[in-house]
Amino acid sequence: MKIGVVVFPGSNCDHDALHIAQLAAGKPAVPLWHENASLEGCQALIIPGGFSYGDYLRTGAIARFSPIMQSVRAFAEGGGPVLGICNGFQILCEAGLLEGALLRNAGTGFVCRPVYLRVDNNRTPFTHGFERGEVMRVPIAHGEGNFYADPEVLEELEEKHRVVFRYCTHGGAIEPEANPNGSLHNIAGICNDHGNVVGLMPHPERASEAALGSNEGFKVFESLCRTYATHA
Amino acid sequence: MPLTPDIIAQHGINAEEYEKIRGLLGRDPNLTELGVFSVMWSEHCSYKSSRLHLKNLPTAGPQVLQGPGENAGVIDVGDGWACVFKIESHNHPSYIEPFQGAATGVGGILRDVFTMGARPVAIMDSLRFGPCQPGQGTTADVAMRNHAIVEGVIGGIAHYGNCFGVANLGGETVFDAGYSANPLVNAFALGIARQDALFFGKASGVGNPVIYVGAKTGRDGIHGATMASEEFSDASAGKRPNVQVGDPFLEKLLLEACLEVMQTGAVAGIQDMGAAGLTSSSCEMGARAGTGIALDLDRVPQRETGMSAYEMLLSESQERMLLVAHKGREAEVFAVFRKWGLDAVTVGEVTADGLLRITHKGELVALIPNTALTDAAPKYDRPQKAPRRTLPLEPPPGARTAAEKRDWSADLRGLLGSPNIASKAWVYESYDTMVRTNTLAGPGGDAGVIRLKGTKRGLAMALDGNGRYCELDPRLGAQLAVAEAARKVACVGARPIAATNCLNFGNPEKPEVMWQLAQAITGIGEACRALGTPITGGNVSLYNETLGRGIQPTPVVGVVGTMDAPSGEVSPLPARFADQGRAIVLLSGAPVTDAATAWREFGASEYAAFQLHQLWGQPPALDLKREHALHTVLIEAHRQGWLDSAHQVSTGGIATCLVECSLAHTVERIPEAVFGLAVNLDSVAERELDDCLVLFGERASQVVVSCDPAHVERLQQAARTAGIDAFPIGVTTAEGFTLTRGGRPLVGDDLDFLADAWGAKP
Repeated sequence: MKIGVVVFPGSNCDHDALHIAQLAAGKPAVPLWHENASLEGCQALIIPGGFSYGDYLRTGAIARFSPIMQSVRAFAEGGGPVLGICNGFQILCEAGLLEGALLRNAGTGFVCRPVYLRVDNNRTPFTHGFERGEVMRVPIAHGEGNFYADPEVLEELEEKHRVVFRYCTHGGAIEPEANPNGSLHNIAGICNDHGNVVGLMPHPERASEAALGSNEGFKVFESLCRTYATHA
Repeated sequence: MPLTPDIIAQHGINAEEYEKIRGLLGRDPNLTELGVFSVMWSEHCSYKSSRLHLKNLPTAGPQVLQGPGENAGVIDVGDGWACVFKIESHNHPSYIEPFQGAATGVGGILRDVFTMGARPVAIMDSLRFGPCQPGQGTTADVAMRNHAIVEGVIGGIAHYGNCFGVANLGGETVFDAGYSANPLVNAFALGIARQDALFFGKASGVGNPVIYVGAKTGRDGIHGATMASEEFSDASAGKRPNVQVGDPFLEKLLLEACLEVMQTGAVAGIQDMGAAGLTSSSCEMGARAGTGIALDLDRVPQRETGMSAYEMLLSESQERMLLVAHKGREAEVFAVFRKWGLDAVTVGEVTADGLLRITHKGELVALIPNTALTDAAPKYDRPQKAPRRTLPLEPPPGARTAAEKRDWSADLRGLLGSPNIASKAWVYESYDTMVRTNTLAGPGGDAGVIRLKGTKRGLAMALDGNGRYCELDPRLGAQLAVAEAARKVACVGARPIAATNCLNFGNPEKPEVMWQLAQAITGIGEACRALGTPITGGNVSLYNETLGRGIQPTPVVGVVGTMDAPSGEVSPLPARFADQGRAIVLLSGAPVTDAATAWREFGASEYAAFQLHQLWGQPPALDLKREHALHTVLIEAHRQGWLDSAHQVSTGGIATCLVECSLAHTVERIPEAVFGLAVNLDSVAERELDDCLVLFGERASQVVVSCDPAHVERLQQAARTAGIDAFPIGVTTAEGFTLTRGGRPLVGDDLDFLADAWGAKP
């Protein structure tokens, strides 16, 4: 599978995404520079974390206007798998490919530490290797990850099972104390209506190798590559 | 305009120095030239008080590829890889404007690393603040101000490092009243590069174009280097405009652009514009290559109008670099910087005459030999005098009785809550500690460890400084700082191979301060020689005084180590216990002691400071040979796979160390993996020592390890061979925390209570 990683000025998790995509796919992933419109024939896209354009306006607000995002939108609308991690999730929300917004963390600034996530939807290309309700330990590293959506949107997300990941205790309970940033309904990640576009604040690529303390996040990338293998 | 004595004095140039300038130029300098001399000859840039002493440090070794004198030190870490690293202070700016001061400190040290062609992959910081709680001579106002400094500094480091995308592997945060108006912010950065792709700050090749890249020049930071070379007064708040403003996003672009342009082969030399900006980068690059540089200031990208030559030359605007390209290949350079949206403009050329030649609006405004600004800078052998000892050597009356027969469990809980011992998760969780997915050991352990992707190698780094020890004995205190930083590196199983130092002291014109500085440098040299860690560079920060009150002498040492795993993955030893039922062993290279000595050493401990509010005595004795042997045993035992964990005994003594081993898992938020212990302290201390000395005394060269009970004998054998002690002292348990001595229970506590006291959130 050929995976592309979109690179904006200020992306700083692009190398990490390329590294893990290569491990999962068994062949080099491709950096896609923001000024180019071509996706170079990639079959899946990752929008990595970082501080695109310095985040000086609103996280992700400028990135959505870049040439590559036109192509990402067309790719997503055609059903192509797109994963936004951290700043990438923020960009997908700003671009309207996902709903809701990510506000400043409640009661804290930037926070980087491991959290526990429960997989509530295992029917996306990035999660179908998980059991529903499976818990994984994955780090967060963000200052603006407090998920917010209007009540109607929130209701729709819940009704259509479009909440993919939730912050939970290490036993899998959805408790306020397991919520690191004030996100509504402990939401850590969501998907679009078709399930092909997924965004999450935590960093599964940082928990994808045993040497780094956890490889529980690797299933996200494995799922993607296996989906492709079965459909191809 | 004639230069009046007033103007000259305002530039921090004394009469003797002025005469020297006249001699070097063969005439009077004009105002612009005086400004240039004043920054280049400032303490900050010229090291005029310390150079004479620094030259006695060990700087060579087969592993050293670049010693002091470049933007950063470089060592060979194997497989064709080089590790580029350095520590630098940003103390004065962080007091005036904590957030920007600390942020630009991080920015500066990162540029020092990537200007050498290395990608920065890890940083650490060593921080000193005044107390944030009133009491013990700290007023509520001062405590509040300290608190604001803490928040600003940590916020600034987080802001810059997180956005730039470099993993912060921890460091140290220490509180002491001596730092109330003089916070210390020392940032240690480490980068990696291929050995055949290193770049140096040399303006070589006469006729080559000099290219300015990065941010535009503004009026910010003018005379920052001079500010960093004087004491503060009440009027220092007016110096806020002297502090630069950082833009980590721009720096990130600059990093990527620089690394990319270096691959084109069009770059002959490159240096960042740090203190004294355009001036220092051009004259230093020229001096290193023995060339001259002609600059036309009209071509310099400016973000303000009407700037004078003086202002442009002295501006410390951030995120700028000076690059010398091979003639004819400018277009390749411009193309890369255009891609990253950055300015890149030819502003001058390399000349043969060795002169710094500056023109502005068609006029020659400065003409100075490059070496007059660098090599010929003043070098002082300032008078030294050992200060009259004001602190008692023996425990003050009452201290002994106050530390007798207490509730040790309560004392331990109290001590765990000391700001100097409590968990620093509140600091490091605001830093991105994992970006670039290389972090094998992040903050909260003894040393940080990163892997080198694509190799079977890892790099460890650690920082240490102890102002209290150095206040009592700067030479021994400095040795202990080197020993502890190296010990932390050995605790993860890595071999310490090189060091960098940041010397934070008061006003060197006071003979007592100069004596402390000289003694500390001597101590660092002795310890670095004994432990095989040459100094490859560093930084000196003097004049850390406000209203005549100086800081404790605080040399901070950063040590880098290497580890490999020829078969399999590099796995640093953690501080945490792995399981219950494992043996706990104290490895010790500490000299044998007696009660009188132990009491003197107790006066330097955190217990004496925090529980007794006293400082007396002397730092812990150190046997450098046995310290080195301890490192060897640790590295070998880890290589053999005998050990589960290792954690050095430091602030708060062995009792604190053992709690940290029990609770270290909370760093990774694995609550089910917290283990208790049952330890008997009989073997670790001479029988006549009082309980408080055994529990909380801070002896050097001690490390608590845990292992499979089957390996204890092998470990003891290895220790004996190396000439150190290995005392089996207990066992890990599922729960509970018990310390006994002579059949008496000293401490019996519940892990949850200890975690609460320590401030850990499981």
